[in-house]
Amino acid sequence: MKIAVCVNHVPDTAAKITILPDGKGIETTGVSFIINPYDEYAVEEALRMKEKSGGEVIVVSVGPEQNKETIRKVLAMGADEGILLKVNSGIDSFGVAKLLADEIKNINCRVVFFGKQSVDYDNSIVGQITAAILDYNCISNCVSLSIDGEKVNAETEIEGGREVVVSGLPIVITAQKGLNEPRYPTLKGIMAAKKKNITEKNVDIPEPKIETVRLKNPSEKKPGRVLGSDASVVPELIKLLKEEAKVI
Amino acid sequence: MSKKVLAILEQRDGIIKKSSFEVLTFVEMFSKENEYESHAIILGSDIRDLEEMKKYFSGEVTVIKNDKLAHYSSSAYTDLITGFILQNNFDFVFLANTVFGKDLAPRVAVKTDAGLITDCIAITKSEDNFIAIRPVYAGKALEEVKIKTERKIYTLRQNVFQKEELQFPSDAETHFVEVNEIDLKSVVSEIRKSTGKIDVAEANIIVAGGRGMKGPEYFHLLEELAAYLGGAVGASRAVVDAGWRPHSEQVGQTGKTVSPNLYIACGISGAIQHMAGMSSSRYIVAINKDKDAPIFSIADYGIIGDVFEVLPALINELKKV
Ligand SMILES: Cc1cc2nc3c(=O)[nH]c(=O)nc-3n(C[C@H](O)[C@H](O)[C@H](O)COP(=O)(O)OP(=O)(O)OC[C@H]3O[C@@H](n4cnc5c(N)ncnc54)[C@H](O)[C@@H]3O)c2cc1C
Ligand SMILES: Nc1ncnc2c1ncn2[C@@H]1O[C@H](COP(=O)(O)O)[C@@H](O)[C@H]1O
Repeated sequence: MKIAVCVNHVPDTAAKITILPDGKGIETTGVSFIINPYDEYAVEEALRMKEKSGGEVIVVSVGPEQNKETIRKVLAMGADEGILLKVNSGIDSFGVAKLLADEIKNINCRVVFFGKQSVDYDNSIVGQITAAILDYNCISNCVSLSIDGEKVNAETEIEGGREVVVSGLPIVITAQKGLNEPRYPTLKGIMAAKKKNITEKNVDIPEPKIETVRLKNPSEKKPGRVLGSDASVVPELIKLLKEEAKVI
Repeated sequence: MSKKVLAILEQRDGIIKKSSFEVLTFVEMFSKENEYESHAIILGSDIRDLEEMKKYFSGEVTVIKNDKLAHYSSSAYTDLITGFILQNNFDFVFLANTVFGKDLAPRVAVKTDAGLITDCIAITKSEDNFIAIRPVYAGKALEEVKIKTERKIYTLRQNVFQKEELQFPSDAETHFVEVNEIDLKSVVSEIRKSTGKIDVAEANIIVAGGRGMKGPEYFHLLEELAAYLGGAVGASRAVVDAGWRPHSEQVGQTGKTVSPNLYIACGISGAIQHMAGMSSSRYIVAINKDKDAPIFSIADYGIIGDVFEVLPALINELKKV
């Protein structure tokens, strides 16, 4: 069985974000890019599934040439084949999902892994949109998973607890931290990845449904007050929280 | 004809969630301001606080009731809500940005040919459209964004929009709808609650601990303080990775993004990934023994001191009042 995993290539979480003067994007020179952290859990789960039940793991990414770095990393972790759906200009989440859905239909995968959220635009919708386009079942924010034949049992993290979900194939899973502990690529894996194939496809960007007007800086918080350097200021703190901030 | 607005509400164990009341108040105001017609829908089996809704919302309410809908089912909920939207031709749909909202909204958007924007903290009118503002890059920047399709769906960040009672409770009708065909391809069979605790994403007050708390055995201090304040305990990634606290409590870029009224950071240095998740809190208190800890740069009130002295003093002082 073919297993697909969709990965995004995003700025390092430690990166300082500088908005371009036209507000249409961020300064990328000098910013290092990484595999989207949640997508590592998705990759790990796909690899474990292959190790258990056999098959082939195909990694798919939508974006510019640079996304190959992330595809290559996933190949080094153990995926078998990469596909870059190459787009060079802006594309919204619906467009990304449409391209991914077309490709998944094309390679005919019945299990597809996503991360729960890209840490750039923090939309957390591409997996669910893809599932809806394909008419696949979907379990989002997944922290525990077992797939047995056509049956799927999972747990998702919700506010204040977990939900136990019963579902079936074909399915989209979006991975939350806690699902597993992602492996690091080994030296052998890195060497092997160099010989693995990344297919590059030029694709047309679908008509966008969402348009970014501009990015702007959040209003700077004014630096606060240091009340003191020991427990003697506790009564003052409580007074401020009650009377100035009015939060307790 | 006036445009139509729909609030999709969420219940768990028959209790409507606080974030759904926030959505109700938002839809109430949004519809009044723009002279649109408002409506709300909720699915479930035995929903208790339907009367409570009338204090906040003057539009009509539709309840789709069936034992099979007690727990969330992405397939059934998507089908039923999609049907309702298409039948009544809603132009705007709002949900809370909860795990439920983020699972359901994209699926409904596809099936109703709508555009969707998640995690909005403001929505303002601009010429012939609306512009939503949402944090991106974990709060390091804000995005202004608009939907180009006719039908528009938005999810609202929790704790940002406040619920507000109407002057007079509504006397609008509540419609109960029976359904026969329910597609349970995908269904929640059980909910496992983390015992009696408030979730950090929903809490008004968060008392968070980092590596400066020394070990899991000292987190009872934070639990005690949180209990006094009616809040929840949060954690930095360092302590989650060390296994001191569960991941559900992690605040930050790869944990939860929170905006409580009060965030008390204890023994947390204030790494960029941590601050990304909590810098939009209304008030921030930092207790750290290192005067150069970055957390002080965003704290409203700071105490440069030892958590093991300050926290017991804080708890004692609160006991007094
Ligand atoms: C991809 C990625 C994602 C990440 N996501 C997150 C995330 O979601 N959330 C998150 O929190 N981090 C995240 N991090 C980790 C982050 O970079 C920091 O490592 C982490 O936040 C540090 O946790 P800390 O503040 O508890 O520990 P430390 O940085 O070790 O700070 C401990 C603090 O405690 C103080 N202290 C020590 N003893 C005392 C005492 N007795 N009294 C008072 N103060 C004391 C010290 O002065 C110090 O400032 C992420 C990192 C990466 C690379
Ligand atoms: N450009 C992309 N290419 C491939 N997968 C993507 C892309 N963008 C997002 N995804 C996947 O969709 C998930 C959710 O992303 P988002 O909706 O952007 O927060 C991510 O964790 C990825 O698995």
